[in-house]
Order: sequence, then C-alpha cells, then structure tokens
Amino acid sequence: MSHLAIGPVLLPFLAGLVLLLGERWPLAWQRALGLAATAGLWPLALSLLAAVADRGYQVYALGDWPPPFGIVLVADRLSALMVTLTAILALFALLYASRGTDAAGRHFHSLFQLQLFGLNGAFLTGDLFNLFVFFEVLLIASYALLLYGGGAARTRAGLHYVVLNLVGSSLFLIAAGLLYGVTGTLNLADLAVRVAALAPEDTALVRAGGLLLLVVFALKGALLPLHFWLPAAYCSASAPVAALFAVMTKVGVYAIIRVYTLVFGAGAGTLAGLAEAWLWPLALGTLMMGAVGVLGSRNLRRVAAYLVVISVGTLLAGVGLGTAPGLAASLYYLLHTTLLTGGLFLLADVIGRQRGEAGDALDPGVPFPHPLPPGLLFFGAAVAAAGMPPLSGYLGKLLLLQAALAAGQARWLWPVVLGGGLLTLMALGRAGSTLFWRRAPGPVADAAPPDAVALAAAGALILTSPLLAVLAGPVIALAQATAAQLADPASYVAAVLGSRVRP
Amino acid sequence: MEALVAIVIGVLTTCGVYLLLRERTYPVVLGLTLLSYAVNLFLFVTGRLVSGAPPVIAAGVRGHADPLPQALVLTAIVIGFAMTAFVVILALRARADLGSDHVDGGPQAAEERR
Amino acid sequence: MRLLLIVLLPLLGALLPALTFRWGRSASAWTAAAVAGATLGLTFGLLPAVFAGQVVTAAWPWVPALGLELALRMDGLGLLFALLITGIGLLVILYARYYLSERDPMGRLYAQLLLFMGAMLGIVLADNLLLLLVFWELTSLSSFLLIGFWQHRADARQGARMALALTGGGGLALLAGFLLLGQIAGSFSLTQVLASGDVIRADPRYPVALVLMLLGVFTKSAQFPFHFWLPAAMAAPTPVSAYLHSATMVKAGVFLLARLFPALSGTDLWLYLVSGTGLATLLFGAYTALFQHDIKGLLAYSTISHLGLITLLFGLGTPLGAVAAVFHIINHATFKASLFMAAGIIDHETGTRDMRRINGLWKFMPYTATLAMVAAAAMAGAPLLNGFLSKEMFFTEVLDLHVHAELDWLLPAAAMLAGLFSVAYSARFVHDVFFNGEPIDLPRTPHEPPRYLKVPVEVLVAICLLVGVAPAYTVAPLLAVAAASTVGGPLPEYSVAIWHGFTLPLAMSLVALSGGVLVYVGRHALFRLHDRLLPRVDAGAWLQRGVRAAVLRAWRLTGALENGSLQRYLALLVATAVVGGGTALLAGASPLTGPLGAGPVDPVTLLGAFVLLAAAVATALRHRDRLVALVHLSVVGLLTALGFARFSAPDLALTQISVEMVTLVLLLLALYLLPQSTPPERSAPRLARDLALAGLAGIGVGLLAWGMLTRPYQPLSGYFLEQSVPGGGGTNVVNVILVDFRGFDTLGEITVLAIAALGIHALLDRLRLTLPTADAAGRPWDPDPHPLILSVLSRLLLPMALLVSVFLLLRGHNLPGGGFIAGLITTVALILQYLASGVAWTEPRLRLSYTAVLACGVLVAGLTGLASGAFGRPFLTSAHGHPFLPIVGEVPLASAMGFDLGVYLTVVGASLLILASLGAVTVRERDRPEDR
Repeated sequence: MSHLAIGPVLLPFLAGLVLLLGERWPLAWQRALGLAATAGLWPLALSLLAAVADRGYQVYALGDWPPPFGIVLVADRLSALMVTLTAILALFALLYASRGTDAAGRHFHSLFQLQLFGLNGAFLTGDLFNLFVFFEVLLIASYALLLYGGGAARTRAGLHYVVLNLVGSSLFLIAAGLLYGVTGTLNLADLAVRVAALAPEDTALVRAGGLLLLVVFALKGALLPLHFWLPAAYCSASAPVAALFAVMTKVGVYAIIRVYTLVFGAGAGTLAGLAEAWLWPLALGTLMMGAVGVLGSRNLRRVAAYLVVISVGTLLAGVGLGTAPGLAASLYYLLHTTLLTGGLFLLADVIGRQRGEAGDALDPGVPFPHPLPPGLLFFGAAVAAAGMPPLSGYLGKLLLLQAALAAGQARWLWPVVLGGGLLTLMALGRAGSTLFWRRAPGPVADAAPPDAVALAAAGALILTSPLLAVLAGPVIALAQATAAQLADPASYVAAVLGSRVRP
Repeated sequence: MEALVAIVIGVLTTCGVYLLLRERTYPVVLGLTLLSYAVNLFLFVTGRLVSGAPPVIAAGVRGHADPLPQALVLTAIVIGFAMTAFVVILALRARADLGSDHVDGGPQAAEERR
Repeated sequence: MRLLLIVLLPLLGALLPALTFRWGRSASAWTAAAVAGATLGLTFGLLPAVFAGQVVTAAWPWVPALGLELALRMDGLGLLFALLITGIGLLVILYARYYLSERDPMGRLYAQLLLFMGAMLGIVLADNLLLLLVFWELTSLSSFLLIGFWQHRADARQGARMALALTGGGGLALLAGFLLLGQIAGSFSLTQVLASGDVIRADPRYPVALVLMLLGVFTKSAQFPFHFWLPAAMAAPTPVSAYLHSATMVKAGVFLLARLFPALSGTDLWLYLVSGTGLATLLFGAYTALFQHDIKGLLAYSTISHLGLITLLFGLGTPLGAVAAVFHIINHATFKASLFMAAGIIDHETGTRDMRRINGLWKFMPYTATLAMVAAAAMAGAPLLNGFLSKEMFFTEVLDLHVHAELDWLLPAAAMLAGLFSVAYSARFVHDVFFNGEPIDLPRTPHEPPRYLKVPVEVLVAICLLVGVAPAYTVAPLLAVAAASTVGGPLPEYSVAIWHGFTLPLAMSLVALSGGVLVYVGRHALFRLHDRLLPRVDAGAWLQRGVRAAVLRAWRLTGALENGSLQRYLALLVATAVVGGGTALLAGASPLTGPLGAGPVDPVTLLGAFVLLAAAVATALRHRDRLVALVHLSVVGLLTALGFARFSAPDLALTQISVEMVTLVLLLLALYLLPQSTPPERSAPRLARDLALAGLAGIGVGLLAWGMLTRPYQPLSGYFLEQSVPGGGGTNVVNVILVDFRGFDTLGEITVLAIAALGIHALLDRLRLTLPTADAAGRPWDPDPHPLILSVLSRLLLPMALLVSVFLLLRGHNLPGGGFIAGLITTVALILQYLASGVAWTEPRLRLSYTAVLACGVLVAGLTGLASGAFGRPFLTSAHGHPFLPIVGEVPLASAMGFDLGVYLTVVGASLLILASLGAVTVRERDRPEDR
C-alpha cells in the first residue's frame, strides 16, 4: 500500500492549514514554510512520475473502500506530469511573491498552498464528483488570489471571473448528475465501462452530459467563445498569481484530455470521439483570436495573456487531431507554454517596475537604467513564444505540424499555426523594440536595479525553454509514452477496477 | 409526478438564468441562488423520486432511497453556500471600489479597461 | 567534431567580446577577431579533405521523434561558403574596430556579429533540413539585432522589424516546405534528399513544397517583390551592411538554391518561377540602383540586382548555369564587400552619403578612390576583373539556352540591358563621388582614413584583381569543387580564362560597357524622365503602413469582441451550453422519454409545486424591488427544503433550512448595503434575447430531468446500504457516505468553506462601506440597532442552541443530523447575538481567533483521516466501536465522528469569521460620523 499518490495532495493541504494557524508569525517564517512546502512538492511529484513510469498506474483507494464505491486517486503518466509541472511553476511564482507581493494583504501563503491542494487534487482524482469538488477548491482559492491586494480593476475582473465560474460549476453539477442518473456511477473508470456498454436508447442523455462537461472545461480552459474573461483576469491579478494562473487554464485542458480519452475514448461506441469534432474548429478559432489579440495588445501583460489564449488553442488543436502524435505534441507544448507564459508574467512585472510610470505599456518610456538582464530574458522569451528556433516553442510547433500532416489535417492547421506564428513574431518584435530600444526624451528613470531574486524567478521559468529544447529527446519520449497510455483507456480501467468489473 | 418535478426544475432554471443576465449585481446574486436551487433539485432527483422511504438503516427495513445523490447534494449545498457568501461580499466590495453596483462597474468601465 | 567546432566556436565565442569589452575597444575587437580567425583556421584545416573530393560529415542525435538530427556535412559548396563567411567576417571585424565611434557599444556589435557568423555557418554546413532551418531563423533573429544596432534611430528599428517580418515569415514558409519535402523524400537528411531528386520531382506535392521553399529563398535573398527590406536594412552600421549584403544573409537564399539544386531543379515550374523572379529582380535592381542618391542605397539595389542575376542562373537549371552562379557568388561577395567598406569610409570622412553633395573626393583621398574604383569596375564587369569573368559566363549561358523561341532572344537582350545598367550605376558611383566638380558643403572636410580602415578593402580588391587576371591559378580549383558538389554530378565543360577570342558574349560585354557609359552621360535627361513617368513606389512604407493599420484593426477588433461586458460573456456561456445540450438531444436518434411511466401526483405536492413556481417567477419578475424579490426567493428556498423532506431526504431538508437562514442574513445585509432597487434596463432586444436564452436553458434542463427520471439505472447505492453499519459503523447512510465512503469530498467541501471565509476576510480588508441612513422609501433606519427584548431573548437562546447542535452532532452518524447542520445551528445562534447585541458587545465576550477555529476544524478532519495512515491504511480509513462509558452507557463511536467534529468546527469558524469581519467593517464605519 503506497501512499505516493496522495502525497502531492496532502502536503499543500496541511501546509496551508498550518500557515493559517501561524498567520501571526513573522512574514519571514511564513515565507520559509510556504517555500519549503512548495519545494517539498518536487521530490513527491518526481517520485510519483518515476513510480508511474516504472510500475504503471498508482491507484489509491481513499478510506480503503474498493472502487467504484469509494473515491480513488489515480496517478497515471498524465496526472504525474501535470503535478510536476504545477510544482515547478508554483515554486518560482511563490519565490517571486515572497519579494513583497505577499505583504499586500491577508492569508496569501495559506491561500497559495490551498490553491495547490485544489490543483493537485484535480489532477489526481479518479472520480467525477470529486473532480467537481477539487475544481471548486481551486476556483475559490483562485478567486481569493485573483482579488488579492484589492483595487478597482481587480475587483471588476474578479467579479466577472467569479460569476462566470459559478455558472460553470452549476453546469458541471448538472452534467455530473446526468451521467450518474443514467449510468449510476461516478468513478471515471467505471463510467468508461458503463458508457461503453450503454443501451442505445440512453445515448442522447449521456451525450448531453458529455457535451455540457465539455462546455465547463472549455470555460476553464478559455476556449473560444468562452475565453473573454481571461485577459482581464490575468492582467489585473498580481504578477505571481498571474504566473500561477498559467496552469489554471491547463486544468481545463487536462480535464478535457482525461474525460474524453477515458470515458468517451475509442471504446465508447457511438459516443467515441465526442469532443474532437467540436474541439478542432474551436481550437483553431481560439488560436486566431489569440494571435489577433497579441498583435493588438498595448501592454506586455496583455501580450502574455493572449499568449495564454494562443497556447490553449494550440494545445486543444493537438487534442482535436484525435491521434496519439497530436496528443504527444500537445503535451510537450503544454510544458513549454505553461512555464514560459508564467515566466513572462513575472518578467512583465519586473519590466513594469523598471520603467516607472510608463509601466509595461507598449509606448516609449524614459530610458530605463538596467535594461540588460530583463532585455536578454525578454528576447529569449519572445523567441520561445513566437515558436522561433532553437527554443522549445519551435520544437513544439514542429511536432504539432508533423502530427497534423500525418493526420491529413495540414491544410487547416498549418496556415493557422504558421500565420499565427508570424503575427506573434511581428507583435513581439514591435513590443521588444518599443520597450527596450525606443526612448522618449528624458532622463534615465531612477529605478533601483531589479530585485535579484525576483529576476531569478522569472529567469528560471523562461530558461526552462532552452532546457526543454536541449532535453527535447527524452522529454518528447515522455510525452509520447503519456499519449500512448492515454490512447489505451482499457489499461486505466483494468488498473482501477481490477478484474472484478469488466465490460 | 416526474413531469411536475421536471417542470419545477426547468422553471427554476429559467428564472435563475434570466436574473443572471441582468446588469446589476444583486439580481445576479439572486439568479445564482435560484440556479443553485434548480441544480440541487436536479442532482437530488438523479436518485429518482422515492416517497416515504426510511431515513436510516434498521433491522428488517427495506426500500431505502438512493443515499448517494443526497450526500452529493449536501456537498453541493455547502459549496453553494460558500460561493454565495463570497459573491455577496464581492458585490459589496465591487460597489465600494467601482462606485456602482453595475456588473461592469458602471459605464466608464469600457474606457478604463485598457 | 571539428565540423561542430566550426559552428559552435562563433556561437559560444559571441560571449567573449562582450566580456572583454571592459578592457577597451581593442581588446574586444581582438577577441572577436581571434574567434573568427580560429574558425577560419579550422575551415582551412578541412580544405585538403574536401579538395580530395570527400564529404566530411558528423552527426549527433537531438530529437529523433522529429527527425531533427545534429548532422553536419562539408562538401565543396559548404567549404566555399564557410570560407566566404569566416574570411569576410574577419575583415569586417577588423574594419568595424576603426569604423565605430567611441559612443557605440562595440562589445555588443561583435557579440551579435559572431552570433550571426555562427548561424550562417550552421546554414551552410547543416546536413539536416530541420537543423538548417534552426540556423536559418537564427540569422533572421541576429540580423534583427544587427540592423537595429543604432536603437535610438527610428529607421533602424523599422528596418530591423521589416527584415524580421519578411525573412522570419519566409522562414515559416520554408518550414512548411521542408516538412513536405521531408515527407516526400522520407527523411530530413540532406544527403538523402539530394539523392532522391527524381522521386521528389515526380511527387504530386512537389509544386506546393517548391513554392513554399522558394518563398523562403526569395524573401531571404531580397528577390522582387520581397526586395524592399534590404534597402531599409541600410540603416545598419556600414560594417554590418558590408557583411550581411555581400557574403552572408542575402546569400543564404541563393545558397539554398545551390544546395537543393540537384533535388529540385530541372522542371518547368522551377525554370519559370526561379529564372522569372531572378530576371525581374535583375532588371528592377539594376534600373533602380541608377536613380539612388544615397551611396548605400545604390549599393543596396545593385546587390538586389546581382542576387537576381545569381537566382536567374540557378533558375536556368543547367549545370553550366549553376557553375556560373557559384562563380558569381564568389565574385559578388568580394567586390560588394569592398564597395560597402569604401562607402563606409566616405560616409565616415565626409559625414554624408548623398552623391549630390559628395563630389570630387579624388583630390582628398586618391588612394581610397583607387580602391573603390577598381571594385566598382569589377561590379560593372570590366575586363581583367573577376566581375567580368562571371558575366561572360552568364552571357554565354543565356546565349546557348534554348527552351523557347521567345526566350532565345529575350534572355540575352535582358541580360545585356541589365549589364548596361550595372555599368551605368557603377559609372555614376565612380564619377559622382570622386570627380564631377567640387563637394557641396560637406559636414567635415575629408582626408584619407586611418590606415587600418583601408586594409580590409585592400585585401578584397586584391582578390578581385587576382581572380580577374589569373583565374586559373586562384579561384579555379575552389570553383571546381564547389560547382561539382552543387551540380551533384559530373561537371560540364567550362573555362574561366579571360580570353575566349572574339565571341558573341564579348561583343555583348562591349555593348553593355559602352552603352552603360552613354546612359550615364545622358543621365540627367533620364532622371527627369524617371521622375516624370514613374511614380515613386516605396513598398517598405506600404508595409509599415499596413502593419500599423493591422495593429490598430486588431486592437479595435479585440476591443469590440472582448468588451468587458459580463452580460455578453454570460449570454455566450449559456448559449454555448444550450447549443451543446441541444445538439445532443436533437442529434441522438434515441428517444428522450424512458420506459418508466410517470408516478401519480398528490394534491399537497402539487400545491407546493405551484407555490414554488409562483414564488420563483415572482422573484424574476419583481426583481427590481429587491426586498420583495428576496422574500419570494426565501419562499422558494423553503419549499425546496420541503421538497427534499417530501422525497425522503430529512438530512437535506435540515441542511437546506439552516443554510437558508444564514444565506438570508447575508442577502439582507447586501440589501442593506446595496441600492434598494434596480433601475430599469431599457434595451428591449436585450430583454428578449435574455428571455429566449433563459427559456431555452430551462426547457433543456427540464427535458434532461424528464428523460432521466423516466429511465431505470443501476446505482452503487446497494453497496452503501449493506456496508453502512458493518463497514461505516453508522445507520444514517447519508452521513456515513459524507464522513466515510466519500469523506474526501467532504474534506474538499469544508476546505472550500474555509477558503471562502478567508477570501471574504481578505476581501473586507480595508473596505470602507457607506451605510445608508434610510431605506429606498426614505424611511430612516431604527436609530436603536439593538432592541432590548431581542438581545435578552437571544442570550437565553444561545445555550439551548448550543445544546441542540451538540446533540445533532453526536447523533449525526446514526440519525439525521451531523456536523454541518450542528455547526450552522450554532452559527445561527451566534449570528443572533451579533444582530441583537452588535459586534461591540459580542466581540470581547467571544475571545476566539476565528481563523484558528477554522484551521483547527479542517485540521481535525484531516488528521482523523491521517491517523489511519499510522496503521498502514489509506487516508481517511475509519474505525469504529461501541465503548462503554460510565453513566451514559454504551455509545456508538466511530473515528468518522472526529471527522464530523472537524466539519462542525469549520462551519462555525467560517461563518463567524465572515460575520465578524463584516461586523468590523460596519462598526468602523459607525464610529466615523462624517460617513453618516
């Protein structure tokens, strides 16, 4: 009985509560504890990744109740990957936050940990309703974090974000209820079995349930036409929160991959491939919207926010291909884009602080005193984000283009991806030359040199791109293995339900 | 009976959604509450309609209702309560920060946005 | 390994000059030169092997999944280009040391130059298409930096962005083309692609792939109509121009033509596309160059024209054409680099580049003038210089090409015309700059430049001469190997001798020379004609305007779509859901109504249902009168609770009621602090839209409910009913599910509650609420907030309420009740205290840190779950027994009850935290009279 699967869930949970009890402690202690807990996620996540690679699925029956009756945590390659990704992103976001952001209000550190609790729970649970619960945990935490620090813009964006997601939660409940009401189960593996064995006269309701779930996940993942909340929310949140949010949209993407490969996967009979037909055009549309948005942005954070939209479009386009190579491409791209956009949000904040009242607006500011480190980082980030070689963005794009070619969808995907890439390239070129080259007349802004730790946090996230490029071989192999596992839902079912329940 | 319940759920949803689409925070909050009633009822009746079933397990008693949906609804109610509380306070905060209880913070919102 | 070093040395060495810059300009220059020199040395090291006819290769795996391999190869062509890149690069580095002014950050220039050099070497040595593309785009990026070197200048920034947009964009097309090519050839290995030329040309995807690749080539090599980034790039410092536009950047495109010549050439499509574009560019460039007043502008267009010439030669698709093209690549690189450097010297000395002002420099700098004139003569294709030889070959080639009757005379004519113009603009460069009267108010008085500024020019001009005079002993062998590996087969008969007797090509050259001089003499008339007839077409400005317009349009579009209106976003969300659910219901062939019949309706339920519906509808319709709406809403909530009770769910009923109470308090509070009524919304279509959406949503959900209710299903519940007592130790199955079977849900649920409380606490931080003194109707609120009777009663009520809640908590596991309900009841009682006696009275009497209570609650729940870990069981595994307590007797006890206690504490803590923080806000305001 290995407790590996629940570690990444329990650690932030307990850390969050302890931080809550100790909120009268000096801030330094809270920071130390928070950072320690987040750093502690690394070994847990990595060992989980290793265990899944060596020994296959890690199934953890909570309360020792056998599935499908109790709630199970199921760690497969995808879950472990997402948990690892979150741990990496979170540590640097928190590092940045502990340079002052966390002093702007109450409960930052406990909220941050509980946010991680929600994220990891959502990635690891194998139960539909439990997924709902963890969605709520991570959402309520994200509400609090988004509004953290106050201010009119934040409040407005927060109100929109909250109300939209509350409606989304209601939809989730209806969909989950519908699926339970027809199939009589909530366990994802069991659901897969029962959907596969569904009587033809019940398909309509299950199909409705499946599509409503897709709407919910699309809202979380910011898929056209449900992506409009994202730019305002991500632009108004404090930098480290925005950085952490880079993984929030990916929760939606994860849920889509999980549910529609497992429950409505190849084995689902008439309901197989339920989502792909919708995802494909919408994803391409999202990609275009994102590219236009990047081109039309007037400050750097907005650029980053629309880069997130682009990334969602690209990811789901890969998923929409409905092939293992497409999925593998998406997974590699997922790692690249999440860490990169996270770093970009932090960098935008650093730059904004440097340029005084000009902030991160894309118009000539007074020459800023210490341009080199942020400038180099921005250049790297821009190259990676525009999908230019030799960084990870280029490789991810190549994978996707090849997957589309193999799937015979090149005529649709290539123009959109390449055209979007060109727009992004031009937009980032303009942004960079305006921010770092164009000078409004005036004395050099007397800003202090950027905080070393903050810069390091941003830099570390951005430098994952070259790292992912150098290690592309093994990382892509990992992504392919993950895609292969997802393409074989039967193994998941067998691992969870064992030999007792078979279709 | 089933039809009646379905109609109730449907009408609750309609009213909820209609209020949700208003332009002031208060009706939106009311709409969310109505919607949550509808959703809770929906979730509840996934266990179908059972009348006069015994509440607890006792020797020789049969014909229990499906307890799982009830447990789910309980969870949903609590979460719904937490969310309602949060959004209510957020509405207060919004009015204080934006000087209006319009969901977009008043007409000037559009200009400020960028 | 040595191959890899040739590429890596400049790439990594790029850091050095930036570092050594702190020890002065020379230090930085010398390190840069050392790096370039070392690379040149390495290249020379491979010379014998390549001349011996072997292809040096090396490969390391990188991304096998992509077919992207770190594979390098050096054959004749690669060697030739490597020599040009490193050799001229070295000279440019030397030149830049003395060209740049004190203020320019020389370290940065050298770093970027070396980066660029490495990228170029990567292109010419790559043996893998995708790897080649990596370096290809790297040149786009580093040229962006180089062209924008003088950041403060707007034209530099624009030139840089234009070059990036065009060459980078072309790179994307090239990427697509390469992917297709790789798929056709079955491999991205260049060696393999070159081997399978016939397969490629026969493939149906060949045309698409070719066009895409040519887009990349033409943008990079500034072919018409993508030429305009090149003149715009003249904003770069002259050393950069000398490098980018002679031996590198623009040569990358024609290099690719040479590289893929065996695989792609030989089809009609190739012939017409490539030679057609080349011809157009050749003529356009030569003609336009004549009318430039800026020296660098003239050289820029002449570069375009010569690249057109090279492209045209490759386009002809004949081996001899390829040879001539390669030869001209060498010659153009040498004389154009020296000319740019000379132009730089003139600019440096006179402070301007306008040929209408610079005149008669011969008097001031005869030596430089001589060098420049020799190079210009080479450019014009005058005998005894290298330019002459390749032009002879060009003429010969166009003469004995016979594809079409028309082309037979058209091509030679065009070639001669282009030659004529090149002579003319060369003549203009020479005569206008060095003779033609006196200089006109120059910023500085010119004189010979510093010694070392001239050395690179001397070297290059010497090469021009040597090659021109004794080609057989200088360039021939190199040309042979390079041409051989370009053609990829046996070389045709050709001779690079300077004298072939009185041939037609010679005649053409003579016509071109004399005609060119004539054109130059008659230039004034021609200028007038040009200005009158031809409108100034500035494609660059067009692009600029286009981009600016696109950006603005994009901004407007996003602004119009993402207009920050929550109502629109919500409508979209609802609509999407309706579409999703609707399609499922309509598409599915399966019937909606299930087999089960509908049960009978009893009057009481019916009545209840009607009241509920009426109340719901009233809430919606009367929502503008907020108090009324709230009352109706509470009726709905109450009846929902009754509905739960009606269908045998006592726990739900209890919970719903108690939640209802607390929610009501909150909503009343909101009512009190928000406006009392909602202003009407005018837009009728908006209302219609919303009604339609709401109606559809309601119908949809109703239908789904109906479909579900009329269907049988096999739930898991049987297991829960069996296991509840033996496994969970409780007879209240619902509660056992909550705290045991699905305890993890409950843990998440109370966490949500806790976070909500924290969020609210943070939200109310530093909030200033303005308290209304009167309601909507203007009636003042009761000045006495705490009526005596209420406060007394509430204080009596408190202990009872606590007792009840403890009772409910304990029995919860077996009978309706449980931690959540108990917690809410306690809360309600305490709320009553707040309402009745106010925060000021309650706070000091309730000395608790609510956050602590909250945290403890969740922790207790969590730890009861964790305890099981000590026994090696999974998280949340419960244990239970019936211990005997004195007096009380045997009590059923389950560890899950500890969990329930946690729930209880959380609920109490959360609710109190919310209320306390709210109370705090309002109190603070009460103490501020000015806010009244």
